[in-house]
Amino acid sequence: MKQYLEEKNFKQGFRKDVERLSKQKISNCYQCGKCSAGCPMAFKMDYPPTMTMRLIQLGLHDEVMGSNTAWYCVSCETCTTRCPREIDIAKVMDTLKIMAQAGKYEVSDTEIPIFDWIFLKSLQYTGKVYELGLIMTYNIISLNPFKDVFPLGLQMFLKGKIALFPHFINDPVAMWEHLEMFSKIHKKQKEKIRETNG
Amino acid sequence: MARIGVFVCHCGTNIAGVVDVKRVAEYALTLPGVKYAIDYKYMCSDPGQNAIIEAVKEHKLDRIVVTACSPRMHEGTFRKAAERSGINQYMSEMANVREHDSWVHSDDKEAATLKAMKLMEMSVAKVRRSEALSKMYATVEKRALVIGGGIAGIQAALDIAEAGHKVVIVEKDPSIGGRMAQLDKTFPTLDCSACILTPKMVAASQHPNIELRVYSEVVEVNGYVGNFDIKIKKKASSVDNKKCISCGVCTLKCPSKRAQSEFDEKIAPRKAIYTPFPQAVPNKPVIDREACTFFLTGKCRICEKVCPTQAIDFNQQDEVVTEKFGAVVLATGFDIFDSNVYGEYGYGEYKDVVTSLQFERLINSSGPTEGHVVRLSDKKEPKNLVWIQCVGSRDESKGRPYCSRVCCMYTAKQAMLMKEHYPEVNCYVFYIDIRAAGKNYEEFVQKAQNEYGVIYLRGRVSKIYEKKDKLIVRGADTLSGSQVEIVADMVVLANGLEPRKDAKSLAQLFHVSYDQYGFFTELHPKLGPVETAIAGVFVAGACQACKDIPDTVAQAGAAASKVLGLFSKEKMEVEPLIAKVDPLVCSGCETCYNVCPYSAIEMEDREVSRGNLKHVAKVLDSVCKGCGACVGACYSKAVDLKGFSERQVYDQIETVTQ
Repeated sequence: MKQYLEEKNFKQGFRKDVERLSKQKISNCYQCGKCSAGCPMAFKMDYPPTMTMRLIQLGLHDEVMGSNTAWYCVSCETCTTRCPREIDIAKVMDTLKIMAQAGKYEVSDTEIPIFDWIFLKSLQYTGKVYELGLIMTYNIISLNPFKDVFPLGLQMFLKGKIALFPHFINDPVAMWEHLEMFSKIHKKQKEKIRETNG
Repeated sequence: MARIGVFVCHCGTNIAGVVDVKRVAEYALTLPGVKYAIDYKYMCSDPGQNAIIEAVKEHKLDRIVVTACSPRMHEGTFRKAAERSGINQYMSEMANVREHDSWVHSDDKEAATLKAMKLMEMSVAKVRRSEALSKMYATVEKRALVIGGGIAGIQAALDIAEAGHKVVIVEKDPSIGGRMAQLDKTFPTLDCSACILTPKMVAASQHPNIELRVYSEVVEVNGYVGNFDIKIKKKASSVDNKKCISCGVCTLKCPSKRAQSEFDEKIAPRKAIYTPFPQAVPNKPVIDREACTFFLTGKCRICEKVCPTQAIDFNQQDEVVTEKFGAVVLATGFDIFDSNVYGEYGYGEYKDVVTSLQFERLINSSGPTEGHVVRLSDKKEPKNLVWIQCVGSRDESKGRPYCSRVCCMYTAKQAMLMKEHYPEVNCYVFYIDIRAAGKNYEEFVQKAQNEYGVIYLRGRVSKIYEKKDKLIVRGADTLSGSQVEIVADMVVLANGLEPRKDAKSLAQLFHVSYDQYGFFTELHPKLGPVETAIAGVFVAGACQACKDIPDTVAQAGAAASKVLGLFSKEKMEVEPLIAKVDPLVCSGCETCYNVCPYSAIEMEDREVSRGNLKHVAKVLDSVCKGCGACVGACYSKAVDLKGFSERQVYDQIETVTQ
């Protein structure tokens, strides 16, 4: 028994938020467990997808947002494909991540969102992922500066798998288009956050 | 000398896979009197039966033994084959080497073969002394008795009456209608229960072929299929129904406040003179003598004074009438499980813990609160309601391991109705599994959850306790792995179903068997769902097993069609396997007369030789069931059973003990 549930925890508002944002009818879920059965990442998750759906049904936002489940979802969409109740579970997971970013609910202390943020920043500035920058920034921010440096990092560096300097998009037109795309995404992101909190 | 043919069936590999059928057939030929023996793949198939017919003709056989399955399966088949081949059908015997041998001894083929040979030899020994018997016929009284005036009884009665036969409905309450009349709406369509039931009640009361006997009970049963003599007791209602004009003044003026309405599940008072509900059929009041001031203290008689037609008759007595019926339909319905058994749920202790039927009355617009759901303790509207499923279902510790089938559905219905009437309330349902196996049932339960927002929590409730004026419900939700505590205003127990308290005694009157809970046992769980082991007695509705309304109506129709099948014959074939008395040997001790469970033995003074009268027993052919109780009891061995004579049985025993 993980938590002690009282009537006041049943926040139907949370369920309605998730249902509105993901456009999925989560109350449809009848807990067959097919999503968890096929999930390749379930072993890493605090709650498997089935239980996450159940927690959303009950409105237990602290448990849902505080868990790492959504962050470990790799959007393979096996769950979505197989769900007999036609719930797009991967989309629900995405929605949970968006909701976490929007800041309405308290979120988990997993480092995965930090990694995602650095990854996207790296992509935005250089057009291609700058591995060394990504690794170093992530290691420093997550307060674990020497993570995977020896021997893995060194070996990869010596084999030329990790470059010292970033690669840029050379074509100025392409780079312009690339930046244009990112600014569109930022605009969308802001809209999404407004929608999430509104 | 008898000429016996033995036919050994393989039953595919069912018998031949274990028993060496060839050896059995060869062994048969060594037995005295056996002139012919073969084995064949399927004796019951057309070629198999033809083989018997041809063998009888060709080898001039006069009796046959078929070594095959249980006589329950194919005795009729082979008797008919015997008849077609030109010999008397009672000159055929079966040896059961499938159910009694190959199926149970598949691990030892040699022993199984030896047993098969013995079983076959016993049947040969029996058939050797078989005598030709002829079928007997009995008359059929084309009048049906339906016991129970609920939806099952009403439907069965209407179906029989429509086909042109007289029907009597016996109902122990003052009105027909039964449980269905108490309900508010019915799942899964949410149509009003009374709206679909009352037309049927009226149809039954007005049908020229249907006679209603309300406030009555069956007290004694004699006779047999086609000819039941049944005693019906009409309880004294203290109202002359011929004079009563159903004006209702007596009920209005009655000062008694002692009784609680049974129809309203004891959540509202009722007068001592009452009709159970406004649409009662027949709409005639009865006096409850245990609550009536006059009967208790000798003073009052207000109803008598106010009655405009002088219909009140305090001197009325119970009346018992004996009538003849050809067939009986038992449709006694159900009670709900006694909630007091679950002490942890506090039923009786906390007023706001109610049974499902009480809730049905509360939410029913013709109920005591006119459809306003209020707490029984302080008459306030509840904001948080909890339903607890499986109260008295699927609980071995409470002696009810079965699923009651209807509770999942009516819980969803009640929660849905609650949400419909009061959208702002919170409805919680604790369940173990949802069993919604019926047309549109699953969709209905899903609708309760998805559209109406009823919160389903998977787990049993362990305890309910009161805190101030709230009920604290402690349960669990195993799906999220958490303990749950809900502060509820009202708790509804979804009681399981059980047979009526008096179902067992009724079953005993009819010699109908019942299971450990008191549900009447059908003849066969799959192939005889409305018949009972007693010919002419049929079952319909929840008295046989937990059932919802559609299934009940279907079964009532099926029972009616069985009754009509019986009534379609002018005369009924009866097995001639009955007892007979040898008057020369009979000493007239009357032992058989006393042991006969069917009252099939009569004592008579009979002329056994010229001028000499002797007091002897006589078997009434059409009443005797061939149970053999008299044969065992007879001191002078004057009684014998046709088709199962003592000589035959002794021969069989001798064979097996050789």
